[in-house]
Amino acid sequence: MRVTFTVNGRSETADDVWEGESLLYVLRERVGLPGSKNACEQGECGSCTVYLDGVPVCACLVAAGQAEGRVVRTIEGLADGDRLDPVQEAFVECGAVQCGFCTPGLVVQAHDLIERIPRPSDAEIREALAGNLCRCTGYEKILDAVRLAAARRAGAGSGPRGEEKGSR
Amino acid sequence: MDFLRPATWAEALAAKADRPEVAPIQGGTDMMVELNFDVRRPAGLLDLNRIAELATWSEEADGRLRVGAGVSYARLIAELGDRLPGLAQASRTVGSPQIRNRGTVGGNLGAASPAGDSHPPLLAGDAVIEVASAARGVRMIPAAAFYLGVKRSALEPDELIRAFWMSPASGPQYFSKVGTRNAMVIAVCSFAIALHPAERRVGTGIGSAAPTPRRAVAAEEFLAAELDWEARLDPALLGRFGELAAEAASPIDDVRGTADYRRHAIAVMARRTLTWAWHELRSGRFERRAG
Repeated sequence: MRVTFTVNGRSETADDVWEGESLLYVLRERVGLPGSKNACEQGECGSCTVYLDGVPVCACLVAAGQAEGRVVRTIEGLADGDRLDPVQEAFVECGAVQCGFCTPGLVVQAHDLIERIPRPSDAEIREALAGNLCRCTGYEKILDAVRLAAARRAGAGSGPRGEEKGSR
Repeated sequence: MDFLRPATWAEALAAKADRPEVAPIQGGTDMMVELNFDVRRPAGLLDLNRIAELATWSEEADGRLRVGAGVSYARLIAELGDRLPGLAQASRTVGSPQIRNRGTVGGNLGAASPAGDSHPPLLAGDAVIEVASAARGVRMIPAAAFYLGVKRSALEPDELIRAFWMSPASGPQYFSKVGTRNAMVIAVCSFAIALHPAERRVGTGIGSAAPTPRRAVAAEEFLAAELDWEARLDPALLGRFGELAAEAASPIDDVRGTADYRRHAIAVMARRTLTWAWHELRSGRFERRAG
């Protein structure tokens, strides 16, 4: 079947899509967007997290046909040209990336978190990232990165407070 | 395989009548795992995402809530958590945020797994499942009559789940679940309780400790007969309630736990959830919250 949907602001059409295929497979193998990672294929690891109509979901658990006519934003759609999204910058600066396989999912999920909760508590960060597995880092530097991204974002929004480290 | 994409409820029922062998897909969080691992290859998928009314809920004239089969766990928690607290607690234990953004109670009912997290609170809260077919119209099935076996329900091949109906909590409700961590856990076993103070009655639901989710009927009858609603909770009564709840389970040994462990844990969770609910009731917190 044919599936047409919007990805990162562009309309894409995939042909010869198998009816049981996942959105993740279409993104990686048919649309040329391999940023979303294929690890567990059962929603356990969060590596394939993308926005579907503005809501983060596991792309491996969305049937390709369910994306017809809908709006998808992947890790490739977060940066503005060469300018990284603040969450991506924070991951780089904090050393939150080791092998990198979990990173795209974690970045999208963290991006959604600070969109919804600009100053998340540590408990809120842990809860938001509970569906994203990282087998390298031990998570501490990932938490640092989310705190930094949130603090910068909140600082930019409220002006004089500037960059604040910390979670509340 | 076919991919059927009805735009309306009537079209969906017509499609299911015409092709009863196709599998409905809502959030996809169960179905897609089976497809990805090639453990199931249905003749087709019937995508229900396009039917906007399924993703809505309403307050009905009789005071009950009617929640469409396409309302996600995330929305249920955010929009109905105050009125369906037991179900909202169970919903918070489902998978991960990404799973809760897609998964639905409707899908949980369709899968009818004994381990589904929504089933115990649906049983404890006397939920009724609204199903429909093009040929016979609507059937209203009490949750207690819905689960027939492991992954088998009262749903006929030409029927689809449209909604569930449930009264807003009339008393404290709690859910407890045993697993290895807080997220991404299929229940080892679970237990839900709902106090109905006006009727001097307590509802229960057992999960993942029998071929189907089920009520602990003898435990409910025991409380209806013996519980003094004006007094402190009697430890002997609490212990007996736990025993009766455990006796209502018929668990098996499997990869997630042993039958003995599950029976023990059901007794513990029954005592705990009743204690939590009792404290909330006696402290007046429930009335303040509801008022």
